[in-house]
Amino acid sequence: MIAFWVLAPVMVLAALGVLFVRKAVHAALLLAVVMISLACLYAVLEAPFLFAVQIIVYTGAIMMLFLFVLMLVGVDSSDSVVETIRGHRVVATVLGVLFAAVLAVGLGQVTLGPAVGLEQANAGGNIEGVAAILFSRYVLVFEATAALLVTAALGAMVLAHRERLEPRATQADLAARRMADYAEKGTHLGPLPAPGVYARHNAVDTPALLPDGTAAPTSVSRVLTARGTVRSAPAMADDIDGVQRQMSGRPVDPARGETATSRDDVQGEMPGASVRRGEEDGGSGA
Amino acid sequence: MLSAILFAIGAAGVMIRRNAIVVFMCVELMLNASNLALVSFARQNGNLEGQVAAFFVMVVAAAEVVVGLAIIMTIFRTRRSASVDDASLLKY
Repeated sequence: MIAFWVLAPVMVLAALGVLFVRKAVHAALLLAVVMISLACLYAVLEAPFLFAVQIIVYTGAIMMLFLFVLMLVGVDSSDSVVETIRGHRVVATVLGVLFAAVLAVGLGQVTLGPAVGLEQANAGGNIEGVAAILFSRYVLVFEATAALLVTAALGAMVLAHRERLEPRATQADLAARRMADYAEKGTHLGPLPAPGVYARHNAVDTPALLPDGTAAPTSVSRVLTARGTVRSAPAMADDIDGVQRQMSGRPVDPARGETATSRDDVQGEMPGASVRRGEEDGGSGA
Repeated sequence: MLSAILFAIGAAGVMIRRNAIVVFMCVELMLNASNLALVSFARQNGNLEGQVAAFFVMVVAAAEVVVGLAIIMTIFRTRRSASVDDASLLKY
């Protein structure tokens, strides 16, 4: 009973989090919390077999699959806040609350006697008991699930398979296309510039500086640009005073302290960052 | 009771969220809630059939997730979006 009252709030909070968190990855992690708590509840409810299966199948296989697809689809895929159907969100929330209320009323009228408990049923071991039922009365259903799993695996393979419509581009093709781009559009032939390397900061999220002092947009990966986590090199230069003061032992002026970097102000300067980068697959790399 | 709450949250999630993957997660949440009800009723009534049923639900859920995620992948590949609203071609 203690386990229930500890786990129930955690589960409800995590489930609500799945609803309201904006990033899909966070939702997946919260769902994993719900599933692990459920596994613990199963253990308390005298179902050790289901406890193991829950952890292996749900938190192991299914959550992995979810995260895998999230990585493929793109980690930054989050819901847009714009409503396509007007009032859809409000109506959905009202419906959800109504549904919960109906369920609560319905459940409130049920009175359960004291729990019988599974000591008797689990006498010969829980797994043996489950197996005895599974392989006697439900053996046909069991076979049907086997067929279902095979079908599902096949279906996933068919769905995920993609026919190659054009021959694979070889390195010679890529080089030829690059030369053609140079001839027609004057695109730079060489590799992309490396990201900025400075005395204080040499991460890949800082663009390199061109000779005239502006940021080179192609030097940062387009993924970082899309996420809006590109640091501004000029803003970092503004920190120099603060750092010098720090090194000489004087207190830092809070107005322009260490972290006065505005991470987004490079965004405006790099509109073309996503154009060329895709074909290069990060030629310059990190 | 907890399972009812979780089920309601999952149902609301299916209606509210628009990212197909998150909608899918909410479906999983509903399946898990029903599993919890099955297991607790198995304990309430003192026989193991509820647990067997929960086991079958898990199997079906696994199959469903595999196929569903494959479909989401295909949709995403053809139209570069995982939003439920964009897959509305049948409407017209």
